[in-house]
Amino acid sequence: MSLLKVNELHVYYGSIHAIKGISFEVNEGEVVTLIGANGAGKSTTLNSVAGLLKLGNGNVEFNGKILNGIPAHKIVKEGMALCPEGRRIFQQLTVKENLEMGAYIGDGSTLDEDLNNVYELFPRLKERYKQIAGTLSGGEQQMLAMGRALMSHPRLLMLDEPSMGLAPILVEQIFDIIKQLHSKGTTILLVEQNAQMALKVADRGYVLETGRIVTTGTGRELLHNDMVRKAYLGG
Amino acid sequence: MVSYLINGISLGSVYAIIALGYTMVYGIAKMLNFAHGDVIMIGGYMAFCSTSYLGWPVIPSVLFSVFVCTILGMIIEKLAYKPLREASSLAVLITAIGVSYFLQNAALLIWSSNPKAFPNMVNLPNLVIGDVQISSVAIVTIITSIIIMIALTMFTSKTKLGKAMRAVSEDKGAAQLMGINVNATISMTFAIGSGLAAIAGVLLCSAYPTLMPTTGAMPGIKAFTAAVFGGIGSIPGAMLGGILLGIIEIFAKAYISTQLSDAIVFAVLIIVLIVKPTGLLGKKIAEKV
Ligand SMILES: Nc1ncnc2c1ncn2[C@@H]1O[C@H](COP(=O)(O)OP(=O)(O)OP(=O)(O)O)[C@@H](O)[C@H]1O
Ligand SMILES: [Mg+2]
Repeated sequence: MSLLKVNELHVYYGSIHAIKGISFEVNEGEVVTLIGANGAGKSTTLNSVAGLLKLGNGNVEFNGKILNGIPAHKIVKEGMALCPEGRRIFQQLTVKENLEMGAYIGDGSTLDEDLNNVYELFPRLKERYKQIAGTLSGGEQQMLAMGRALMSHPRLLMLDEPSMGLAPILVEQIFDIIKQLHSKGTTILLVEQNAQMALKVADRGYVLETGRIVTTGTGRELLHNDMVRKAYLGG
Repeated sequence: MVSYLINGISLGSVYAIIALGYTMVYGIAKMLNFAHGDVIMIGGYMAFCSTSYLGWPVIPSVLFSVFVCTILGMIIEKLAYKPLREASSLAVLITAIGVSYFLQNAALLIWSSNPKAFPNMVNLPNLVIGDVQISSVAIVTIITSIIIMIALTMFTSKTKLGKAMRAVSEDKGAAQLMGINVNATISMTFAIGSGLAAIAGVLLCSAYPTLMPTTGAMPGIKAFTAAVFGGIGSIPGAMLGGILLGIIEIFAKAYISTQLSDAIVFAVLIIVLIVKPTGLLGKKIAEKV
């Protein structure tokens, strides 16, 4: 069953036509990746789905419900979480407070349990729970951003370049966690520059080029697709 | 000497309460609400009307004044500032000045420019220690401001709503992604700030019991100065800035010159901002990429 369905979506920034009628879907339990060059419109797509941007034509359907016109803070309650590009953790709040904000829509009854789950996934955050988030290292901030997104028990987790700027060993670790979440049944929509690794963990992928989807297929198919290899996998 | 200090702290406590409103609104909406000082004046008139015209006791009339100003703050935000959320900060600033004039002129229309004698709201004997006499208004003012500061600190550091407020002031988009209703949070901040302004209005008029439509203007500007002095956006900064400003003002009046006291206050501000442009407690955490 498809959890997220995007139909013929257009998005504009003023007069700039950034997304030009894309359609894709994410089924329950899948990891789906969007790959594409800088400026292709990947972040715009995720931000639109999350309700941060105004939608042009087309619609976004989540769990059978049309999301057009619903503000971002209400979309979260439908069971969607976006871990945005550039992390955007709350720098002046502590690690624990950031995670609590992730659970803002909850009633607090499962807070301790949820904190423990995140700490188990990212032990580094547990050691540093009192630290002001802005003083964490880049990698730790990325862990915090992912942990924060998980605190709301999302049915769909959207990750925008979770490996950006991280050392190879940390990239490895982030992808391990994506696999781990996948095996637990979390549905994930992943945007990555690192197409190689993204296509390896993904069930399916879409290739975005200047606001249009040009190719789609399973992760394996795309890994072996000539056009994709040339453009995104370095030959 | 001791009584000057007490008076300074007392006046400074009022500035601090007003400065809290400036700083909270600035922190969350990134705007200077220049109408804030006039909300103080409205608060004063509300307390004046309910006691002098309606004969209400002190506590209900203070609560009434807080209630009216809270609602007023939310209305101002909704009608004047919310439509300008995406506009340039200059447009917002001009609007704020416009709201300020609107409130002053509305007060002029309703209550005329004749000063009203503010009723004595603190019916307690003055405290006499040795040959030092401390007015009961000063004591009530200081105690009230301590309570407000503790309550506000607890609110922002311990409660879910308070933390959400800090989250919104840092990154509205990210806060929305947490499920926080940003508009409601901004409205709540205006409500809190304006409610505090009402209390400040009552305390101010109790210490200086003449009430006019322009009563809020000068304290408003000084409290704004205090907020900048302490580091705009910082709650402890507003408290510290307010109290220091009050002390400086009273001592300048006592030892240097009554006429020059305001000039001295602003001179100190300028020196502090040259030495530390972010204010006493203002800070910036370097962003990591
Ligand atoms: N706020 C904005 N105002 C105007 N144009 C924008 C804005 N944000 C993005 N764009 C434009 O929209 C297009 C898509 O941008 P987007 O951020 O979605 O790309 P992306 O695929 O995420 O790229 P990257 O891999 O570099 O993150 C780009 O051409 C960009 O310049
Ligand atoms: Mg992007």
